[in-house]
Amino acid sequence: MDSEQGSQNGEAANQEAQGSGSRWWLLLLLLPYVGLLYPPLYSRIAPELWGIPFFIWYQFLWVLITVAITGFVYKVRN
Amino acid sequence: MVLWLALIVFIVLFVVVFVIGLLSYRWRAGGDESAEDEMSEWGLGGRRFGTVITWFLVGGDLYTAYTLIAVPGLVFGMGAIGMFALPYTVIVYPLVLLVMPKLWQIAHNRGMVTPADYVKERFDSRFLALLIAITGFAATMPYIALQMYGIEIVVAMMGVPVTTSLIIAFAIVAVFTFVSGLRAPALIAFVKDVAIYITVLVAVVYIPIKLGGFGEIFAQVPQGKQVLAPPQYAGFATLALGSALALFLYPHAITAIFGSSSQRVIRRNAALLPAYTFLLGLVALLGYMAIAAGTQPMAYGPDGVVPQLFVDQFANPVVGFAFAAIAIGAVVPASVMAIAASNLFTRNFYQEFIRQDVSSTEEATVSRIGSAIVLGGALIFVLSAPSYAITLQLLGGVWILQTLPAVFLGLYVRWLDRWAIVVGWLVGMVWGTYGMVQEGYAQGGLDNVQLFGSPMTLYVGFYALAANLLIVFAGSALARLFTSQEQASYGMLTEEEYKEPEHA
Repeated sequence: MDSEQGSQNGEAANQEAQGSGSRWWLLLLLLPYVGLLYPPLYSRIAPELWGIPFFIWYQFLWVLITVAITGFVYKVRN
Repeated sequence: MVLWLALIVFIVLFVVVFVIGLLSYRWRAGGDESAEDEMSEWGLGGRRFGTVITWFLVGGDLYTAYTLIAVPGLVFGMGAIGMFALPYTVIVYPLVLLVMPKLWQIAHNRGMVTPADYVKERFDSRFLALLIAITGFAATMPYIALQMYGIEIVVAMMGVPVTTSLIIAFAIVAVFTFVSGLRAPALIAFVKDVAIYITVLVAVVYIPIKLGGFGEIFAQVPQGKQVLAPPQYAGFATLALGSALALFLYPHAITAIFGSSSQRVIRRNAALLPAYTFLLGLVALLGYMAIAAGTQPMAYGPDGVVPQLFVDQFANPVVGFAFAAIAIGAVVPASVMAIAASNLFTRNFYQEFIRQDVSSTEEATVSRIGSAIVLGGALIFVLSAPSYAITLQLLGGVWILQTLPAVFLGLYVRWLDRWAIVVGWLVGMVWGTYGMVQEGYAQGGLDNVQLFGSPMTLYVGFYALAANLLIVFAGSALARLFTSQEQASYGMLTEEEYKEPEHA
């Protein structure tokens, strides 16, 4: 069910991309900015992961999330 | 007290790199020597780099030796604010995905080599192009000097005389850059990146094990250094955002992008390059490990922390490998930066104002010589005034950010007025420089301002850019009121030229 949704979204995005406004993935690309540029959201020590403060492992997590997002947007637009 | 084993490993790796750099001249598609466009061959590797090579080149170019030394140094000295490098090199990639393919396409269509080439045609202004070229050049020079400074630090830690070593390093880089152009750092980047990945991965596994795990490491670090204090929030965020916007405005980043063979290569790399960011995050953690290990840098202050940590924790041959990785990590960006800076001089000053009808081969020759001179200038700079190199590089980051309206905004907004951009640039440059001189140097680029009545500490480049953009938009809107509709266009460029051609 999820993959069907995904390919339908992909087709729609492709059609949109060839047309005028391909906007929805812009929101996806905006997520890392929201997640990382508002430090009050994540500047704390707990909960720790393998002894590493939250502030730090949260940022590493966003590296992975952003790779997934940019990879996804690339696939979908191509 | 020379670390002989380290030095031997170091020298061997450097010789390998030198040979690769020279041999890369012969690496041309199909073996043909396309002499018709020697400038593109030398300056952009013939614009033929695929996904993998671009990944190595851009990664090797952006994640410089100085970055690898300064970031953990900042974490060691000042704590969590040093981690800004992580969000900075994360949020840059959605930007790359959107903006760089467009810029690449137009550069490819029109044979553009430098960002100033693009600005000249987009805004139909030789003057604005010259301003952009000068800004790019001025921002790049201290950055090259800092790469040499990175080499100096590791070489000094091995107990070897600094001046002689730097002169040898300069000669090596100057020669292979002169001969092979962008192909040299592209190939050497393979060696560099593999060596750095190995070094960092070994370090972040071995050292924590030795120190008893991350829990133990962070138990030794004062809590104030593990997270941001509320007054640091705005500085952290604006440093990250400002640096991300600036990164791909640097001529050497644009040069590496222009060397790609297609938009697709760039887009793929936007998804793949964050692997280096993950690595940079691990490198930043070395700063915390150094605190826990009680590292005392013998020289160079916080910048000496990572080399000192390696000397303390590793056997000499491993230290040699790690230091060679760092030094090669300086050589790749130094080479690309020298090429980029020299191209700016050749295309946007020499060819523009001195000899308009210069041939591509002659352009390449001028650029070759220019790259050697640029590297020589950086050498003199680092030998005589290294602390100025650091402060000038901070300033260069503020400066290059002011080229955003001309280089990026013009890709999206039609009705920008070239004079509004010039004035915006000027205001950004002056106010940014003033802010850095007043307060920014002392606080690593941050300045205290009054925003809506409350005091905030912001990155100088950020507020300078904000003022710049305000003027660009207000001025362009004003200009549009007073001039005819024909002004709203892409200068000499058409909408069509931005689109990727249909593939067969």
